[in-house]
Order: sequence, then C-alpha cells, then structure tokens
Amino acid sequence: MRGATHAKWAACAAAVALAATACGGDDDGGGTGGDSGAVLSSSWGDPQNPLEPANTNEVQGGKVLDMIFRGLKRYDPETGEANDMLAEKIDTTDSQNFTITIKDGWTFSNGEKVTAKSFVDAWNYGASLKNNQKNAYFFGYIEGYDKTHPAEGKQTADTLSGLKVVDDRTFTVKLNQKFSSFPETLGYAAFAPLPQSFFDDHDAWLSKPVGNGPYTIDSYAKGSQMSLRAWDGYPGEDKAQNGGVDLKVYTDNNTAYTDLLAGNLDLVDDVPAAQLQNVQADLGDRYLNTPAGIIQTIAFPFYDDNWNKPGMEKVRTGLSRAINREQITETIFQKTRTPATDWTSPVLGEEGGFKEGLCGDACEYDAEEARRLIEEGGGLPGGQVKITTNTDTGSHKEWVDAVCNSINNALDNERACVANPVGTFADFRSQITDLKMSGPFRAGWQMDYPLIQNFLQPLYYTNASSNDGKWSNKEFDDLVDQANAETDTAKAVATFQQAEEVVRDNMAAIPLWYQNGSAGYSERLSDVKLNPFSVPVYNEIKVG
Amino acid sequence: MGRYVVRRLLQMIPVFIGATLLIFLMVNVMGDPIAGLCGDRQCDPATAAQLEKEFGLDKPVWQQYLTYMGNVFTGDFGTAFNGQEVTELMASAFPVTIRLTIVAILFEIVIGITLGVITGLRRGRPVDTAVLLVTLVVISVPTFVTGLLLQLLLGVEWDWIDPSVSADATFGELIVPGLVLASVSLAYVTRLTRTSIAENKRSDYVRTAVAKGLPQHRVITRHLLRNSLIPVVTFIGTDIGALMGGAIVTERIFNIHGVGYQLYQGILRQNTQTVVGFVTVLVLVFLVANLLVDLLYAVLDPRIRYA
Repeated sequence: MRGATHAKWAACAAAVALAATACGGDDDGGGTGGDSGAVLSSSWGDPQNPLEPANTNEVQGGKVLDMIFRGLKRYDPETGEANDMLAEKIDTTDSQNFTITIKDGWTFSNGEKVTAKSFVDAWNYGASLKNNQKNAYFFGYIEGYDKTHPAEGKQTADTLSGLKVVDDRTFTVKLNQKFSSFPETLGYAAFAPLPQSFFDDHDAWLSKPVGNGPYTIDSYAKGSQMSLRAWDGYPGEDKAQNGGVDLKVYTDNNTAYTDLLAGNLDLVDDVPAAQLQNVQADLGDRYLNTPAGIIQTIAFPFYDDNWNKPGMEKVRTGLSRAINREQITETIFQKTRTPATDWTSPVLGEEGGFKEGLCGDACEYDAEEARRLIEEGGGLPGGQVKITTNTDTGSHKEWVDAVCNSINNALDNERACVANPVGTFADFRSQITDLKMSGPFRAGWQMDYPLIQNFLQPLYYTNASSNDGKWSNKEFDDLVDQANAETDTAKAVATFQQAEEVVRDNMAAIPLWYQNGSAGYSERLSDVKLNPFSVPVYNEIKVG
Repeated sequence: MGRYVVRRLLQMIPVFIGATLLIFLMVNVMGDPIAGLCGDRQCDPATAAQLEKEFGLDKPVWQQYLTYMGNVFTGDFGTAFNGQEVTELMASAFPVTIRLTIVAILFEIVIGITLGVITGLRRGRPVDTAVLLVTLVVISVPTFVTGLLLQLLLGVEWDWIDPSVSADATFGELIVPGLVLASVSLAYVTRLTRTSIAENKRSDYVRTAVAKGLPQHRVITRHLLRNSLIPVVTFIGTDIGALMGGAIVTERIFNIHGVGYQLYQGILRQNTQTVVGFVTVLVLVFLVANLLVDLLYAVLDPRIRYA
C-alpha cells in the first residue's frame, strides 16, 4: 500500500517536470513567420569590459559593436577590403593630413544626426587617459595623443590637437607621422561615432548602448542575454535581412552546441574542439570552417640573454623545422587550422600582403636539418626548452604538448621540450608583462583590421604594444617606417614584405598555423557566413 | 537558548574575518589582474596604472583588505571589471542558485529520506539490496558524467526538456539540473537514513511504542524517524552551503547563470572583488545553515538542551 503511494508520487513529479519544462520552452522567433521579421538566436559570451567602442577589445563585445555601429569604413565581409561606409571621401596629399567628409542622411537610432562632431568627440573620449579606454592606443597616431594620454604623469589636454571639426560633415585629422594606410584602419570599432547621449548620461548609455548600425538593442540583461532588433530607420545599404538577433550567454560552448542540436539555438559561432569530429555528421553543410585573420605563433624572450646571443637565430629556426605542422593541424585541430608559411594571414589576399611560402624552408619539417641547426647555434639553452602557455582557454595545452612531442621526436631527445602550463590567462599575461618568461611562450594574434601592417608592426616593431618578446631590429623598424610613409599601396605592401623577410631571417617568432573561424547553424537559417574576424555577418542571415 | 544563539553568532565573527582574509590573500597571490584585461596584448602602462588606481590595486594588500571590509559593512561589495556592481551580480546570481539548491535539497529530503526509511525497515530484502546498488553507482559516477548523459538523453535524443536553462531559470527548468546536483548527496542521505533507522528500529522506545499498540505509520514518523534524523539533518544542513558553492559543474553543463558561474568567471579574470564578495556571502550561508542545524536538534530530540 505504501509502495503504491510512493510510485504515484514519483509519477506526479515526473509529470510536473515535463509540464513545467514544456511551459518554460523557448519563446523567441517572433512568430510572424515572414523571413525578414523572424528573430534568430545565437550563442554569446559575457563581454569582459563595459561595452564602449574604444573599450572593447575582445570578440564577444566586438560582435555587438559590429551590429549596432557603422564607422567611416567597413571591412567587406568576404574580402576584408576596407570600403567607404559613412565616409564620402578621405583626402590626403601627404599621408599625414587627412580631410574626412561624411555622407549626409545618417542618424543614430535615437534620431540624433551623425555629424563630424560625433566622430571627433568619440575619438577624443577614447584617447583621453581619464576615461580608461583599453583601445586608447588606436588614436596614438593622431597629433596630441601624448598630451591626452601621456605614458607617465597627468594628462595636460582633454582633446586631441590633431582633430578639427570644419563643418557639420567635415573634419580634419593630423597625424604625428606619415601613415598611408590610416584610412584603412578606420573600419575598426574603436573609431565609431558616438551620440551626444553617450556623454550626457553615460551610465544609462552603458546599460543600453545606442549606435547607428542596422540593429538596435531592445533589452540587455547583463550576463545572460541581449536582444537586438532590426532598426527600420537604418539608412545604410546593408540593412538587416532578419528581424533581429537574440544573443544568449553560454557558460560553456559545449552546452551551446548541444542546444543547437536540440533545436533551441540557431547559431553557434564557436564549435567546441571536442565536437569537431562529429560536426560533419551532425550538421553536414550547416557547418562553416572558413579562414580568419588569426595566426598562432611561438614567441621568444629576447630580454633573456640566453635567447638573444649570436647564433640563437639558428636554434630558433631549428626549432621551427622540428615542428610537424601538417600532422598537428590534422590530428589535433581536425583541419580547422592551416600550417603557416608566412607571418600574416590568407584573409589579406595576395594584394593585401599575404605571401604563401615566404617562410620557405624555415617552416618545413625536417628532423635532420633541425638537429643540425640547433647544434650549430650552440644547442638549446640549458639543454631544454619550456614552452609556456595558459591552460584555461582555447585548448592551448593540447597543441603545446603536441609541438613539444614533435620537437622531442625530431631531436630524438625525450627531454628536449616540455610544456610549462599556467593556470589562468590573467596570470599568463601578467608573467609576460613582468618579463618573467624564461623560454618560448605561445603568442596568438587576431588582427584588428585586415592590413599587413597590423600583422607586423604591433608585434615586432621595437617596443610596440604587443611585442611581448621585446624583439628589436633596426632594419625591420626602418622598413616599417618606410612602408608607412609610402603613399602607393602596392609599394607599401612590398616594403612590409621586405620587413617580414627580416622577421624570417631572424626567426623572431615561429609561425605555426592560421586559424579558421568555425560556426554551425540550424535548418531555419540561410546565407550564414563568417567575416575575416571570424564573427558571423548577422545582418545578412536569412531566417525561414 | 537565547544566550546560546548569541554566543554562536559572536563566534561567527572571527570565522568570517579569517575566511575572507584567506580568500583575499589567495586571489591576490595569483598576480596582476589588469594584465588579463587587455586580451593578447599589453595594456598601455598609463591605462593600466589608471585602472589599478580605480580598483584600488595600487595599495598594499592589507590596506586593500581593510578598505574592502569597511565597504562590505556598508553594503558595498565593489565593482567587477565589466563595470557591474558586485551586488548587482549577486542579485542576479543568488536567486537562481538558491532555487537550484532548493530543488536539490527537496530531492534529497523527499527521495533520500523515503528510500532510506524503506530500505532501513527492510534490511537485507531485495529492495534494500537494489537501492544500495543504485546509490553505489550514483556515488561512484562523477556529476559531470550524469549531467552530460541526462542532458544528451532527455534534451537531445528524447526531446523531453531543453538542454539548457533559460535566463529566467524557473523551478520547472531546474528540476533535472537539481536532480543532477543532488544525486551524490541524495545517495548519501539514503544510506545515512537507512543505517540510522535500522539501528533505532531495535531500540527500547520503538519496542514500547509498538507494544502500546500504536499504528505503524505513527511509530515510524513520530518515534523512529524523529530520532533517526539527527545525523541526516546535520548532513543536509552542511550540504546547503556545499551545494551553493559547488554547483559550478552542474551550472556549466546546463548553462545556469548562478553563483558557480560568477565565481568561475571571477577566478578566470582574477577579479578579486567578485570572488571575495561571493565567497563572503557563501561563508555566511554556511555559518547560518550550521546554526540552524544545531537548533533543529532540540526540536528533533527534546533531550538536547542548549545553555
């Protein structure tokens, strides 16, 4: 008798569970049925920093900025070429003074007009030290940056002296050095215009950002979901082809992938490494695996004499030749990486400066040559290399182990290479910043804009922002300066490639592989693609 | 009784201070949190210095701790790196985790104690052996295996539930995650209850109650169960804190944006304010739950007195 009541109770609980979860199911989709009105859902990660154009330096926040902002230029989702967006024309005669005219008829989604002032105010805000903007260095080429953002001490100016508003639609920019590709950098999110409401009530703006892009933010529950809706009044050509996007924060990309399989989510833009083996079977042609502007390298601590003495370039090249890139990209990454043969990325295209095979022999696997080079160069410092990496993100530990394994096999020495794992990314970064690396360490570069300049200067120029190994080479620096001053694009690219050859001859960093962006989507969607930054081109996605 | 409670509350103060100080030091030892904020590149020194000042990281650790504790007593838990107040994060995370914990505890109480009583009364019978076997399996299989398996079966294959929990995290959605979270403790509750019941079944007062001719359900609920529950209540009480802080695996699998998730993010980003704030509250929960357990003893067994 008692047993029976228990059984009944259990049945009830199960029924309640089913009913309740059925009620709590998804309610997105708009339900209008029409393609242009339907809303899609997409996976998202919690942005690390407040969502401001000049303060967002990672993909998750960048995704949103790309939907709600349009700048002077926009990078073509397919070719990566910088095309005019709000810019009517950008004139210069000397590659140092630019006159920028913006198109008429653009407004922010709150009705405010986009004027020259919207840009100048936004850039001044981004460059000012007191606003703590993490992308402030993007304005470093503009005259007066050292006054608004001094390396030490108090700032002496709030605005950049190089920026002048001429009239409603025109402003001028004076740079502190010649920089011919400056206009091409203006598609980066940090250069977006900002409405007056941003400055009037900053907190309110942050809780619900207002921009001038094809989408507006409908609601934003920090840490869980952001609902974006197509903005009917959007004046640009690239209007949203869907009704909107719900970005859902996932604690784990595995869960997002499971949700996609169960039909609760439309788009996952980061297929977890563990699922790469099944993804073809699960999704078929609804799986995207396209090149992105990301390159993985191994950097060296040039501040450590052991790695900087003469002859070490041979050791570094030898290490490069001891890494079997083909095998690692195939077995660990299931071909979502392509072995690198230069220091840029295929997304630049040949005209943009990508040169297949520029690395030459130095990037080809040859165990015998590797042994010979390392011996000639005086051997590994201390008889062993330790490759440092963080272990909390991006399955870095796995490939570092594989690289070490490859080196050990090539050198026929079980102890030639070991991984040196660091628990968190923050700790890893702080060890790099404090110049505490005693051996090679993983370095990755995701481009800010599709320019060969962006793959070389920030990483290898003396004291550049991301020159973590503190490599310094006068010949390289001179060539970069020369290329930046060159007004002819083709010549500039050729000079940058010369500079890249200097990187190769010294093996300033070992290029490993180019990274692809990956995405999977549901049957409801079509016209899904990833741009060169590996972010989905949301406004082109069709639903239904 | 009143004096006992006051004494216990006073004892909490040193525990509280010690625990927060420990966590504070541990997070600080991990290195410079600003370094991770700028992604794969170095923050420019001026901005980094400015940020350090804003988060108070430029001062010595003891001073940081004192300021922090001073602020905590005024209800200010500081700001996370993404510009959100930590209290705001708590307001969104704790209700979700509390709901999840309630579901889990209910499972433990209802299923755990019921199974415990049944098996305790029928020791050695097939039911007992079967339940013992099942609990052994549950205890030995890690939570993430159970979680992923249930998610895949119920969510993808059979389509009974959504594999992930929405932002609202209603009670209905939390049933399966709650069961997963409770599973191991549930097995322990079953075994604890079973042993306790089996032991007390032969005691004098039960025999007396039976001899008085009381109906069986009364003997079990009023006499046998009440006395047998003391170890079980102790276990469940301490489990409340453990479940809230330890839900991280379950929360990750089912995409629940609760305390575990926020703590995980805080540790990854080395956000001292978030980690210390959340742990502080968890410590309080632990302490209060323990106090409540101790007070419950007197209700269960009137022979226990507090002075």
